[in-house]
Amino acid sequence: MKAAAFSYVKPRSLAETFDLLERHGEGARLLAGGQSLIAALNMRLDTPRVLIDLNGLKELSGIRVDRDSIAIGALTRHRSLELSEDVSQHLPLIHAAMPFVAHAAIRNRGTFGGSIAFADPAAELPACCIALDARFVIRSRAGERRVAAREFFKGLYETDLRPGEVLAGGEFARSGVPYRYSFQELARRHGDYAIVGVAACARIGAGVLSGVRIAFCGMGPTPMLASAAAAALDGRACSRDVIAHAQASLAQDLAPFDDLYQTAATRMHLARVLLGRAIAQLTTDYEY
Amino acid sequence: MKEGGTMPPARGTMQYIGASLPRANALRLLAGRGQYVDDLQLPRLAHAVMVRSPHAHARIVSIAADAARDAPGVLRILTGPDVAQLCRPYVGVLLHVKGMRSAPQLPLALGRARWQGEPVVAVVAESRAQAEDAAQLVEIGWEELPPVTDAETALDPGAPVIHPEFGDNLCFERVVDTGDVDAVFARADHVVEATFVTSRHAPMPLETRGIVADFNPAEKHLTVWQSTQVPYMMQWILAHHFGLPETSVRVIAPDVGGGFGLKIHVFGDEMAAVAASLVLGRPVKFIADRLESFVSDNHARGHRVKMRMAVSREGDILAVDMDDLYGIGPFSGYPRASVNEGLQVVNLAGGPYQQRVYRGRSRAVFQNKPMYGQYRAVGHPVACAITEGTVDLAAAAVGMDPAEFRRRNYIPADRFPYTLVSGPTFEKLSQHEALDRLLAMMDYTGLRREQAELRPRGVHRGIGLASFVENSNSSSATYGQGGVSIAAQDACTIKLTATGGLAVATSLTEMGQGAHAVAMQVAASAAGVPIDRVKVVLGDTDATPYGGGNFGSRGTGIGGEAVFQAARALRANILAFVARLTESEPSLLDVREGNVVDAESGALRMTLEDVARTAYFRTDRVPRDFQPELTVTRSYAQKYYSGVFTNGIQASYLEVDTDTGFVKLLRHWVVDDCGTIVNPLLVDEQIRGAVVQGIGAALFEQCIYSPEGQLLNGSLIDYLVPMAAEMPDIEIGHCVTPTATSELGAKGAGEAGTAGAPAAIMNAINDALKPFGARVTMQPFTPERILRALGKAGAA
Repeated sequence: MKAAAFSYVKPRSLAETFDLLERHGEGARLLAGGQSLIAALNMRLDTPRVLIDLNGLKELSGIRVDRDSIAIGALTRHRSLELSEDVSQHLPLIHAAMPFVAHAAIRNRGTFGGSIAFADPAAELPACCIALDARFVIRSRAGERRVAAREFFKGLYETDLRPGEVLAGGEFARSGVPYRYSFQELARRHGDYAIVGVAACARIGAGVLSGVRIAFCGMGPTPMLASAAAAALDGRACSRDVIAHAQASLAQDLAPFDDLYQTAATRMHLARVLLGRAIAQLTTDYEY
Repeated sequence: MKEGGTMPPARGTMQYIGASLPRANALRLLAGRGQYVDDLQLPRLAHAVMVRSPHAHARIVSIAADAARDAPGVLRILTGPDVAQLCRPYVGVLLHVKGMRSAPQLPLALGRARWQGEPVVAVVAESRAQAEDAAQLVEIGWEELPPVTDAETALDPGAPVIHPEFGDNLCFERVVDTGDVDAVFARADHVVEATFVTSRHAPMPLETRGIVADFNPAEKHLTVWQSTQVPYMMQWILAHHFGLPETSVRVIAPDVGGGFGLKIHVFGDEMAAVAASLVLGRPVKFIADRLESFVSDNHARGHRVKMRMAVSREGDILAVDMDDLYGIGPFSGYPRASVNEGLQVVNLAGGPYQQRVYRGRSRAVFQNKPMYGQYRAVGHPVACAITEGTVDLAAAAVGMDPAEFRRRNYIPADRFPYTLVSGPTFEKLSQHEALDRLLAMMDYTGLRREQAELRPRGVHRGIGLASFVENSNSSSATYGQGGVSIAAQDACTIKLTATGGLAVATSLTEMGQGAHAVAMQVAASAAGVPIDRVKVVLGDTDATPYGGGNFGSRGTGIGGEAVFQAARALRANILAFVARLTESEPSLLDVREGNVVDAESGALRMTLEDVARTAYFRTDRVPRDFQPELTVTRSYAQKYYSGVFTNGIQASYLEVDTDTGFVKLLRHWVVDDCGTIVNPLLVDEQIRGAVVQGIGAALFEQCIYSPEGQLLNGSLIDYLVPMAAEMPDIEIGHCVTPTATSELGAKGAGEAGTAGAPAAIMNAINDALKPFGARVTMQPFTPERILRALGKAGAA
């Protein structure tokens, strides 16, 4: 398993990165943590002409908490997210999801931006970003633009990124009101891609949920926002019937495939079970 | 062979035998200072890469290799016909297995490829990367042929036939029938039955297969470094098939990162690398990468077994009726054949219990899937799962506790040696004792109480038992009598070094399991030398005496006995020498802690360093009519039974999430009887590792194929091996019934864990599912299969 020959370049600035992208076009790949890309190269599933190593771009790294938002740079390692006090305090959903992301050795290298830009529908972070209504910051020679996470994932491994663009990071609104959250996942072995995972958050007052946002991983070609299920819960007290209705609504929200070990129908069943568990966690007595 | 007979005297107690010493070689391996085949760099080393068949069954219409030949760094392209000129074809049959057949096979496919992954072209280049680049340029024209993939339909009249000369796809069939089976079933109080499926899976050692072949044309000598368990077998094979004198072939097994039975077979890609070295006259390395390992390693365990058991209302097993079918690759494996699994299933179905009336059949069929062969605990996990699964059904049918049902049906302790109606003889088992010990260790009644208390809260836990037997210390009945040149014997040469240490050369092989440590402990104990003065050499046909190496749980039992005998003989020679020097009697002296001492008082007579100095440097002090022999060789082969069976029992305690079908393993217990234990630490870790492999079979491992014979999960992302986070604590206890066939008394310990674990897990899952009337019998027990059994899979 040796990669086909490629050139390697490590730019010192974003401007230089844009030059390289312009020059090499389709033949270039951006290297962040390399936890998916390098394996693909070694298996010769991908044979780029040049690797542009982003790891010298300090401006893409780090977690910044502002008055209204939290920003996560694209090069921030999974391990940094997992151990960050700021993430634990302001983005507890992501904090809860991080231990499910592969294994520690992989989290040491893998990056936030790599996970988002690779857009594996079974990955945890894309689903969390959708559930948290994050925005992604995208930079290019032409400047900077922002895209809502729910608009960013276009299909299987397909995103809104255009030629010449670099994902710079994610932004999350700082909500004044405490919200509750749940991250649940079913994987045969710890660290595997989930058969199904759910990221959910909501506010709760007088036993009634509001602002419910639920996203699933592994249940379609992209991370899937479960709007119908959320609508079934929003503004209601969580009776058994309401939960059952939300679980049934997942048929409108999700589009699972058969995989090697489970049929699509079984995965839908498991998504419903997980939704039930997520709601139970949202409505038990704890707050962040 | 007449089994049993008069046995040798038993050993006395020994200093290091039974001591939990850390392994001397472990630090080196953990420090990253191991030397595996791929670490070897030689001047002018070339690298071989295989172009493999993308089809399960296809005719090779054309091979266009000009572009590859011209690619940078390429030294040679070898195709099937090229290698056929150098290598004598091989046929994987055992002559003493009646009716079995297979077709001649060559390293690279000739005319037709018969499985997806079969090597077709070898590309040899200056670097591995260049060879991989060039391999992509080889264009093979294919005409696809209908494949045989499902063993169940492989014998159908209309099925494509892989070897037309045979007329059908049957490799081998064995039937045992005591008669009277149907009559006993007809009048039995209860008949229980089930169909069990075990899934084809792969041994998956951490270190993949690999070889460096270095043919020196100047002396027409071939040196091979190979990740192998069996250097002498490979020496014979390479000499025979490449037409070299055996004395011109040296096989070295450097550090080996796991074998599990994978590395006892002949593989086409490795043979092609040897052929390339013969052609090029320079060293050639081939290392199987992980992806090609999936389609080129031998697989195992893909059985479908229909099992019936007749039981009396008192709870006695009256009769067993078993039908086993499994698909091997398109050829029977070479040189050990692919039928031992089926033989063990027929021999041992119903095995740990008294056998009265039995009908068993096993059929192996050819199919267009990768080659198939021996893997840790060959056939035993299948035999154990079908037996123990059925025993639980029988216990339930008569309303008896499964532990009690087992105790009732064990072979009575006074009936040994006990010969099964299917053939094998158990020298002596300790089943009742093992059961008692296990039930105490796990607090069986306490667990049953806890299980009952948790049920109403929706917590569904299960307790599963699995009694097992495991063959070890095989005689020549396994291979030698089948006409295969595999040593049933092992040997050891020990010399006293000039400073009074021991240099031990043994035909045992080390693959991470601890044979090296066993040899040290046995030699030090039997010779009377401190263990830090012992050096062990193994894995080199130029440096060690002849022997079989390690497979089939024979290392300590056979190779260890040879070490024991050699060390004892050296001790006797030392005593005779010192007795002569000191005008004493050998019986009045002893060797202790590296010194020759007065046996009674312990007073020092001579240090071993002085003994060696006198014998080697100061021969003027040695009487002219006395020649001390301070290098001795002893050999040992077990000749009393076809194999010396070990026994034991396992238990699993687990929880099934009945909403998701997920299984959480809570605890696991093993009581094992491997006779004399040389190093309890090693034995326990062997058992733990083996249990984990058995858990892999039960919950995770399965090669999944498309109907066209394409492997669908050929990577470690999709093929699930058991990992630490999901494993339970594994508690181990022992019974000790030394074999009387050797002085050391050791039986095998490496495979028993794998034999029993899948059955224990299955029975525990089914125990948990009992209130739902659900049952699973198809391994691995995935969430999908458990939900399906519960009627929940795909519930809309």
